[in-house]
Amino acid sequence: MLVYADNAATTKMSKLAIETMLPYFDNIYGNPSSLHSVGQEAKEALEAARKTVAECLGCEPREIYFTSGGSEADNQAIQSAAWFGARKGKKHIISTAFEHHAVLHTLEKLRKEGFEITLLDVKENHNVSAQQVKDAIREDTCLVTCMYANNEIGSVLPIGEIGAVCKAAGVPFHTDAVQAAGHLHIDVKAQNIDMLSLSAHKFHGPKGVGVLYARRGMPLVNVIEGGAQERGKRAGTENIAGICALAAALQDACSHIDENAAKVTAMRDKLIEGLSQIPHCALNGDPVNRLPGNVSFCFEGIEGESLLLYLDAMGISASSGSACTSGSLDPSHVLLAIGRVHDVAHGSLRLSLSHYNTMEEMDHILHCVPQVVQQLRNMSPVWRELQNGERTYIL
Amino acid sequence: MALYSEVVMDHFMHPRNVGTIENADGVGTVGNAKCGDIMKIYLKIENDTIVDVKFETFGCGSAIASSSMATEMIKGKPISEALQLTNAAVAEALDGLPAHKMHCSVLAEEAIKSALKDYYDKNGIAYDPKQFPDCDNCEHCH
Repeated sequence: MLVYADNAATTKMSKLAIETMLPYFDNIYGNPSSLHSVGQEAKEALEAARKTVAECLGCEPREIYFTSGGSEADNQAIQSAAWFGARKGKKHIISTAFEHHAVLHTLEKLRKEGFEITLLDVKENHNVSAQQVKDAIREDTCLVTCMYANNEIGSVLPIGEIGAVCKAAGVPFHTDAVQAAGHLHIDVKAQNIDMLSLSAHKFHGPKGVGVLYARRGMPLVNVIEGGAQERGKRAGTENIAGICALAAALQDACSHIDENAAKVTAMRDKLIEGLSQIPHCALNGDPVNRLPGNVSFCFEGIEGESLLLYLDAMGISASSGSACTSGSLDPSHVLLAIGRVHDVAHGSLRLSLSHYNTMEEMDHILHCVPQVVQQLRNMSPVWRELQNGERTYIL
Repeated sequence: MALYSEVVMDHFMHPRNVGTIENADGVGTVGNAKCGDIMKIYLKIENDTIVDVKFETFGCGSAIASSSMATEMIKGKPISEALQLTNAAVAEALDGLPAHKMHCSVLAEEAIKSALKDYYDKNGIAYDPKQFPDCDNCEHCH
């Protein structure tokens, strides 16, 4: 049995998204900037896609900018708010300690340019509260950027409440909604979101295409210069096939959010309940406010990469925040941010589900994971020391 | 292309010499849990020959495979030969390791040397300290 349980990394494209793309390669292949009818046909498709995306997010089409993906959208949103903040002498940005690197690395770059960055603590409930944001806002705060939902541990942030706090304080609010779009209900107006990033390949669309929503009136600076596309804010001939597939996939996901969430949540809860039976483990992430498809655990005494390789051999595709899988000596910054120490952060496992998964697959996962954890513990000197009382259990 | 060679995967999926030896003549532990790699080697030595060897490893696929291969390479060998085992030889026997995983083969070499040093220390056998890695100050773990 092959079980793909790494949907937070990327998803399989839906048939709908694939079929939506195809005409744009050899039939409607014009450049939307061309005046002739071949180009204008592509332009119509582009604007129809923009309208669809706007409807999914609850905004106007002119507030949608297509990008190469979530990372580019994050970069542009943050750099724009920073640039305009600096012009008014505001150089303080608030974010969280468990953001994606697309946000954290952009903030680190700004820190080197003289910005002050406050990263909110995420140890309490593995989440942040609107009160924490409120307490951190200062006179010189030019941006609050908090992810909608965490990619590794699944915590869903109180975005509407944070939006209200930011609106009351007059501070622009950006959210990296890469893990949320198509999976959770988003209404940028009701939630007072000024800027939002999303990426098509996280909801069964293609890779290499994403969206930056920027509320009308939010000033944007270009990350890519060189043309009048996207109202002059993002140069480059539009990826029409990708954009149309993004719109189709997002519309499909948004119109099935509740039924997909119900199906995926049931599978998630089965895994969480089953894996919790393994001794000396801990669930990572907010147990209540949680993405429907996220299961994240730390298992004491073992290392994540070997866990993944054994699971891969049993047909299960998963991921881990261990150092060996990150290519550095340090385990995932997210696991460290929620307070997991290095020793146990190395033994992490993330299973991320989609509506393509089945309950039979969950049975297979629940059959394999405890077996592999035990197998690795049996050859682990750390586990032996824990069992012999020569080392103290952390979990 | 797969992450690891077929030999690495074979030793990872079917590790040789996993376990412990009661009343081992030499035991060596290197690495630490903070870094995500710990290797422990147990030796049974008779007449200057390694008659049995076992390992326990907490670590990634290449750490487990390196331990397994290294134990195979010294089993039945005289101490003098085991002391010559290099990380490069372990990596070569594994048909190569990715560049960022080479430290796993270094750990295997050091774990064996550490166990042999323990054997010398326990039996009051004189040796040249330069033969052995200075595990307390190795940059891999500290």
